Amino acid sequence: MASTAITADTAAVFHLEEEHAHAEGGSTMLGFWLYLMSDCLIFAMLFAAFGVLGGNYAAGPAPKDLFDLGLVAVNTTMLLLSSITYGFAMLTMDKGRVGATQGWLAVTMLFGLAFLSIELSEFAHMIHEGATPQRSAFLSSFFTLVGTHGLHVTFGIVWMVTLMVQVARHGLIEANRRRLMCLSMFWHFLDVVWIGVFTFVYLMGTLR
Amino acid sequence: MPETLTKFIFGRLTLESLPLHEPIVVGTFIVVALGGLAVLAAITYFKLWGYLWREWFTSVDHKKIGVMYMALGLVMLLRGFSDAIMMRLQQAIAFNGSEGYLNAHHYDQIFTAHGVIMIFFVAMPFVTGLMNFVVPLQIGARDVSFPFLNNFSFWMTVGGAILVMASLFVGEFARTGWLAYPPLSGINYSPDVGVDYYIWALQVAGVGTTLSGINLICTIIKMRAPGMTMMRMPVFTWTSLCTNILIVASFPVLTAVLTLLALDRYVGTNFFTNDFGGNPMMYVNLIWIWGHPEVYILILPLFGVFSEVTSTFSGKRLFGYTSMVYATVVITILSYLVWLHHFFTMGSGASVNSFFGITTMIISIPTGAKMFNWLFTMYRGRIRFELPMMWTVAFMLTFVVGGMTGVLLAVPPADFVLHNSLFLIAHFHNVIIGGVLFGLFAGIAYWWPKAFGFRLDPFWGKVSFWCWVLGFWFAFMPLYILGLMGVTRRMRVFDDPSLQIWFVIAAFGAVLIAAGIAAFLVQIFVSIRRREALADHTGDPWDGRTLEWSTSSPPPAYNFAFTPIIRDNDAWWDMKKAGYRRPLSGFKPIHMPKNTGTGVILAVFSVALGFGLIWYMWWLAALSFVCLIATAIGHTFNYHRDFDIPAAEVAQTEEARTTLLAAQG
Amino acid sequence: MSAHDHAGHDHAHGGAAHGSLRGYLIGFFLSVILTAIPFWLVMDGVIDNKQATAVIVMAFAVVQIIVHMIFFLHMNPASEGGWSMLALIFTVILVVIVLSGSLWVMYHLNANMMPAVHEMRQMP
Repeated sequence: MASTAITADTAAVFHLEEEHAHAEGGSTMLGFWLYLMSDCLIFAMLFAAFGVLGGNYAAGPAPKDLFDLGLVAVNTTMLLLSSITYGFAMLTMDKGRVGATQGWLAVTMLFGLAFLSIELSEFAHMIHEGATPQRSAFLSSFFTLVGTHGLHVTFGIVWMVTLMVQVARHGLIEANRRRLMCLSMFWHFLDVVWIGVFTFVYLMGTLR
Repeated sequence: MPETLTKFIFGRLTLESLPLHEPIVVGTFIVVALGGLAVLAAITYFKLWGYLWREWFTSVDHKKIGVMYMALGLVMLLRGFSDAIMMRLQQAIAFNGSEGYLNAHHYDQIFTAHGVIMIFFVAMPFVTGLMNFVVPLQIGARDVSFPFLNNFSFWMTVGGAILVMASLFVGEFARTGWLAYPPLSGINYSPDVGVDYYIWALQVAGVGTTLSGINLICTIIKMRAPGMTMMRMPVFTWTSLCTNILIVASFPVLTAVLTLLALDRYVGTNFFTNDFGGNPMMYVNLIWIWGHPEVYILILPLFGVFSEVTSTFSGKRLFGYTSMVYATVVITILSYLVWLHHFFTMGSGASVNSFFGITTMIISIPTGAKMFNWLFTMYRGRIRFELPMMWTVAFMLTFVVGGMTGVLLAVPPADFVLHNSLFLIAHFHNVIIGGVLFGLFAGIAYWWPKAFGFRLDPFWGKVSFWCWVLGFWFAFMPLYILGLMGVTRRMRVFDDPSLQIWFVIAAFGAVLIAAGIAAFLVQIFVSIRRREALADHTGDPWDGRTLEWSTSSPPPAYNFAFTPIIRDNDAWWDMKKAGYRRPLSGFKPIHMPKNTGTGVILAVFSVALGFGLIWYMWWLAALSFVCLIATAIGHTFNYHRDFDIPAAEVAQTEEARTTLLAAQG
Repeated sequence: MSAHDHAGHDHAHGGAAHGSLRGYLIGFFLSVILTAIPFWLVMDGVIDNKQATAVIVMAFAVVQIIVHMIFFLHMNPASEGGWSMLALIFTVILVVIVLSGSLWVMYHLNANMMPAVHEMRQMP
């Protein structure tokens, strides 16, 4: 290459003089968003399974016999409240207030736990009534779809605890902020999935 | 009491689970065990464990991970091909009342394992490895976006491969065909561990594949060198981007479907059962929503390889770059609209079948456009028939046939005749071997000098080439004929003696392919022996056009001493033409990620988790799950994941290269 | 899409992207309303026609998802150089293909192959 005749534009610049540092974690938010999109497709599959199999009661109980919409409304409220409180956590994080951020995270976690306990008691009640996941394809797909959402919430809570410990240790450093922002996306994403669940499963199921 | 204790510890794993009654398996086990012991002993003897652990297993360097993916693919190719040649032999001799030499139990596992291994543990690692190695170099990046994740993804793929290999000697593999359709794969008809091995091997590997897809998308979007706009990216990077989009958008589907199958088997739910409202055809529908994009995941990167190779060895800019990019994007989207063509015979009726038949025919148009682009690139070019170019020409001739038989199968009425026949088998081997495998060999021959600093031996390469190409035609053309005569796939014995000659010809083809694989191994061995004679110190042995050829071979850990600025599609070609001179001073410290062993540890726990679930060793599953989560969380407490390569070290490395280049003249 | 999105200012994007108190409150207020109305419609059986109710409930869900996307997930065409939006649109297209495709395919299968099983209903 050294022998290549130096012809035109000798002024051409072929490289950066300074080290070209990519902002640390600059790809994280995009990467996490892509992960959420792939998770979204997992849920899409479960919705598809519920959509196709959700009417197959196999002479077992139907949504009308099982669903308590009042309870679902309470549950939805819990999740919505947890969403806004997480939003407050993010706002206080922006202001750099560690204590307030931790406080809002704790409140969010409590709402999340409330959501989970209501869901579990609903499941326990159904199973007690004989409406087990094994009873019919409708119940299989119901428990799997709603249960997968619940598992995600559980995982979100575990993650939240981890982050609270890390914030307590290191404060709101850049890396921790980034992590809190990822969890924020995760948490709000679960909210969006829940909109699908209560509409598609509970409300439409009751209408059947 | 001891019995319950044994049952608690070992689950359903008993001494009878070991296939001691199968002489072929026992023989294989002895060979594998001896070979494995020899390798382990050699590593210990030469005191390589520390080196391997520090420099390779824990490495987050995309180049090393890429090479490890390729090694995994090669090892698994040997396993997958052994299955293939065993099947060919069985089918060639099981005539006139002969039962052949494989019993049904074993034969069914072989054809399942062959398909699973070839797709998931040969083609996928090869493709991922190639993308991992090449993409950051082509876009002028120092590494991928998430280097640790890259290492983790690789080890999860290895974990899946280990589970599949374990099934050979501990228990058995699925006997269901490579997609494990229920109800056959349900607990009633497959109560053994085979399907569970299948499920958990794919789940473990699937995690790795999905994460590596996310990683490479982010890398391509975020890490391109300044000046490289989307429409200045090399075609291989473009096809890699589309492939990884397909991976991220389709592997979750596989994960979900396999989870539902696992729930049916473990919990007793009724998704795909025959009673209580389940519907087995729903499984077929869902899994092909993953399955069809998967086909394009495999072939698209190789389209990129052919594009790079054709333009490099024709000494011309690629013809129709823009149309190539759009064709790739169109294929990416259309690949989600054709899945039903895999089960036209299901009975969805004329309206559904016509829709999917038409979309299938449409998707062949962009592929055809690509073919013309390559031909026009070659037209009036100064073609050098080096090994990569030979593979490319063989691909064009072979793949066109496979594509056209694909269009035949896309016609629903024709498919009703040919469904599940050997015609289908011939078709997809025609596109996968003629497209994916030929492309991989082209890519390996093309980028090998970049990875190791010396070329592959051309003589043995040509031997391998001719054996593979002729072997392919001998092995699969008879299957087209047999398929047209109505012979179905997965048969173990045959009644009609007139068919035998075709199977014998096919078996002969398989033997030729075996010779091709052997020659490939010899080629690698000979090339390593002759590395001085084959050495390339310029870093640009083929007079390349893209950025990876601007750095040394093998590239330094940091890839580029200075981040390049891109002004043209063929960035390196442009630099050469415009009188680029390597910068010799002014080096700065370079920020790089640190190695970590967490990826290996997480993968080990995942394998243990899978093994526990397969054998109902619930304690093992629970324990390894807890360890898995704990390790993952523990890893996030480490905030110091980077270090700086000092400027002096960079200067030293670059100095060495300057000396080497000067010695070349 | 150009050399641009490499520079360090991705970072600034991320930093500015998590909304304001006003945004969160508007989002919360809207989502409460958009949740309450469908529940009310179904629980009290306000509209006689079940199919119409279903359509309305679905429409509310779509609107609420968009509200969440804008006010909670801070989706906008500019974040991450447009790539987040592109990924979202691509995913939505796939979800629509997968859901409607599966329902369509399986409905026709059931209609053709199992005409006797009436309980295999497609979605409303």
